[in-house]
Amino acid sequence: MDKVKIIEIKKSVFEDNDRAANQLRKDLKQRGVYLLNLMSAPGSGKTTTLIQTINLLKDKIRIAVMEADIDSDVDAVKIKEATGVPSIQLHTGGMCHLDAEMTGQGLDNVALDDADLVILENVGNLVCPAEFDTGAVRNAMILSVPEGHDKPLKYPLMFTVCDVVVINKTDVMPYFDFDLDKCAEYIHMRNPNARIFPICAKTGEGVDAFANWLLNEVQQWKNSAC
Amino acid sequence: MHELGVVFYIIRDVKKAAETNDVKHVESVVMNIGEVSTIVPSYLTDCWRWAADKEDLLRGATLQILTIPAVTHCDGCGQDYPTVAHGKICPHCGSDHTWLLRGNEVEIKEIVVPNDPNDKL
Repeated sequence: MDKVKIIEIKKSVFEDNDRAANQLRKDLKQRGVYLLNLMSAPGSGKTTTLIQTINLLKDKIRIAVMEADIDSDVDAVKIKEATGVPSIQLHTGGMCHLDAEMTGQGLDNVALDDADLVILENVGNLVCPAEFDTGAVRNAMILSVPEGHDKPLKYPLMFTVCDVVVINKTDVMPYFDFDLDKCAEYIHMRNPNARIFPICAKTGEGVDAFANWLLNEVQQWKNSAC
Repeated sequence: MHELGVVFYIIRDVKKAAETNDVKHVESVVMNIGEVSTIVPSYLTDCWRWAADKEDLLRGATLQILTIPAVTHCDGCGQDYPTVAHGKICPHCGSDHTWLLRGNEVEIKEIVVPNDPNDKL
């Protein structure tokens, strides 16, 4: 008789997370709540972009924000002070990303009956968050000009999973060798359907186009829920 | 970079399988890891050692990694080619209408457990 026995499993490690994410999306649809997963590298201007976007939309729809970070609550406090919308801070306990289960636990602490749109600001990282479906309706990411237009080549998965790429800090374009056309070409190599919004969160330039897209998305999601 | 998170998923799945099969200790877990899955095998085994030794079921258990070579299929000419060497552009016909056939796996293939002679087959 053999000393060991082999039990075949043949199961993707991400299978449970994908299932949890699909369930979360279904639950959110029933409740008429739209969840946006916003990703980027640290320092791309996620929080500033959110503040500008929320201030354009908060009179039209009810918004809540979940900030995910390894530590601190500076972002959650900043959002609340600058926009007045409810904002909670999630700590990932050292993990470099959020998964569907953590997102679901975070949403338990958001008053979903009073929200049309919940924005999840994921951990600043271009690698790991792309691997894990959070259960969001759409994935968006912010690429800032100083990071360079070649990022879609270096982080293929991130640009493949994102429905929207916001290109931030366009005001400093003259100081960096950033080629917007090349960048769009590289993004579309990864995802031909990705929408691109060049903005400057500091001055507010271009933010209205992104905000209008988001408003339209939320309205469509709510209408299809009925 | 996300290897620790992946290790926690593996441990959760192995625990479930152990419970279903009434297994008290696991000797080894065998993984299929695709060449372009973004998993760094040495990070995965390091994280595994740290996390697995905290579990009675998995103390001392090894994590074996089988690498699945990445292969891309070209819709332009219908041929397959190795992804890592050629990327998105087909080396046979130059088309970019290509898609990954395999190589993205992060999969638990099997677990190896001591054979209990009292087990009924």
